[in-house]
Amino acid sequence: MPLNLEPNFTEPGRRYFRDFSPGDDFYQLLIDAHRDLTDEQSALLNAKLVLLLANQVGDIGVIRDALLRARQEVAG
Amino acid sequence: MLKTYRYPKYEYRRPSELDSAASSRRPVIVVGAGPVGMAAAIDLRLHGVPVLVLDDDDTVSIGSRGVCYAKRALEIFDRLGIGDAVCSKGVSWDVGRTFFGEHEVYRFNLRPQPDHKRPGMINLQQYYLEEMLVERCKAAGVEIRWKNKVVGVQGTARDVALEVETPDGRYAIDCDWVIVADGARSPIRHMLGLDVEGKIFTDRFLIADVVMQADFPAERWFWFDPPFHRNQSVLLHKQADNVWRIDFQLGWDADPEEEKKPERVVPRIKAMLGEERPFELEWVSVYTFQCRRMQRFRHGRLLFVGDAAHQVSPFGARGANSGVQDTDNLAWKLALVLAGQAPDRLLDSYSDERVFAADENIMNSTRSTDFITPKSAASRTFRNAVLQLAGHHAFARKLVNSGRLSVPSVYAESLLNTPDVDAFAGDMVPGAPLDDAPVEIDGQPGWLLDQLGGRFRLLVYVERAGDVDARALAELKTPIPIEPVLVTAAPGARPGIRVLHDVRGRFLERFDALPGSAWLVRPDQHIAARWRQFEPGALRAALARATCNE
Repeated sequence: MPLNLEPNFTEPGRRYFRDFSPGDDFYQLLIDAHRDLTDEQSALLNAKLVLLLANQVGDIGVIRDALLRARQEVAG
Repeated sequence: MLKTYRYPKYEYRRPSELDSAASSRRPVIVVGAGPVGMAAAIDLRLHGVPVLVLDDDDTVSIGSRGVCYAKRALEIFDRLGIGDAVCSKGVSWDVGRTFFGEHEVYRFNLRPQPDHKRPGMINLQQYYLEEMLVERCKAAGVEIRWKNKVVGVQGTARDVALEVETPDGRYAIDCDWVIVADGARSPIRHMLGLDVEGKIFTDRFLIADVVMQADFPAERWFWFDPPFHRNQSVLLHKQADNVWRIDFQLGWDADPEEEKKPERVVPRIKAMLGEERPFELEWVSVYTFQCRRMQRFRHGRLLFVGDAAHQVSPFGARGANSGVQDTDNLAWKLALVLAGQAPDRLLDSYSDERVFAADENIMNSTRSTDFITPKSAASRTFRNAVLQLAGHHAFARKLVNSGRLSVPSVYAESLLNTPDVDAFAGDMVPGAPLDDAPVEIDGQPGWLLDQLGGRFRLLVYVERAGDVDARALAELKTPIPIEPVLVTAAPGARPGIRVLHDVRGRFLERFDALPGSAWLVRPDQHIAARWRQFEPGALRAALARATCNE
């Protein structure tokens, strides 16, 4: 399965009337998870989150593709 | 400073109460002649209710203030009779563009569907809107008393007594109901000691209205971290009379008085527009904001609307727009209660439905604010990562949040709704505000929403106008009258009944209509109930439920 770059957030059982709502739900969860953490704690949380989600994806080809795209524009 | 606008001065008249011993009594008094208060007054007047409006000032809003009026508010203005005036003076727009640094990363269109009467947004200075509403109040027979300031309020189970201060002294006046539309600082809310709870944001923004000739398209342009205002955000909007609204994020440490000085403002604008472009400063203000609401919007016989009841950040234009939707929800309910056709607990549903809407508005505007002004390094990193990815990938563009612009709430959980018993596709669920659709009436082009509102209606979809059982419609005798309206696939007429020809099939598509499908539509154009086959008993039950007459 190729890396999905289209909007893909949803929550079973929830009905959305506005197309921005599922993405905004996710983003708020993400930001809330970092509330009251120090920068160092936030970095650790992010690392753990990447590991959990990478394991969920499983397909190393997809992860390789995601890593390449994530690195773009980051290192100069 | 204003060069394009002259403020009207409305005449104060000595109230008759000052010269008479007997105190007078009114069914409804609206406190505050802002857009929300006047919309409430006009709406009630259209329901036949006498209305008195009290305002402590004698002119319209100072400065352009509320600028963006969304499609739903425009549809309500149509019903109130000022839609055309607002739209012809205002600047219509649908497209918003978002930039990160030097590059455009995201573009949205507020009107994804074609064939709606009104555009996604109109930009119009608040003073113009207020002037139009004052004129409409006059024409509709709403009495506005300028320079009449409410200084005391006493509510009982049966009435409300107000103490009013004028240039000629004080008087007392009683009424059955008060609509409190006295703004974010709401003196009445303070007098009653009622709390408003929520979040204060620690950031400051500079608003500058400038007059200039520019051929920029009428779009909303939003910059994250632009080269001319590093590490902050900037917003550009076009208003009427070549007035442009520019909004600069300043940060919490900015000194509001210093930042308002032209010698501070002008260089910021020149950095943005270039040295060559001539412009004049029209109005400048520095603001902070809060996202908060009262716990309930009804307190006995006092009904709180607009900023008095709830406040949001300006990102999303959810302030005035939601205030006008408050009055759209409230006016028909109050009119039914005053006429003795519904118990006063119908007004609790005003609070329930609009508290739900306020929470949605607060949530969306808080999310926008958190994206625009990240509160931590981690939050800023995520924001910038989204903006970088948005240049390449569709999923990230959806996450870019420079303001989720005002759309009406779907009261999906409202107790006034009759739950579906039949299956329908699409978003026109009980509690939803109706989507518009082009129709023809007797061969003349028109719009669905212009044919509805102000009273209960039953929409019945049929192939041909003759397909419906005339006896069933004649038996539609309900305690609160319901007008049947046919929506037809084919053109045609039927004596004594309104027939709307679904000329482009948009109704069919948007409402998932089948021959025989029927919708009970509330006076505020929200759906109360729907069926695949209309049955008088079910309709009567749905009407009773929608008016708390069960």
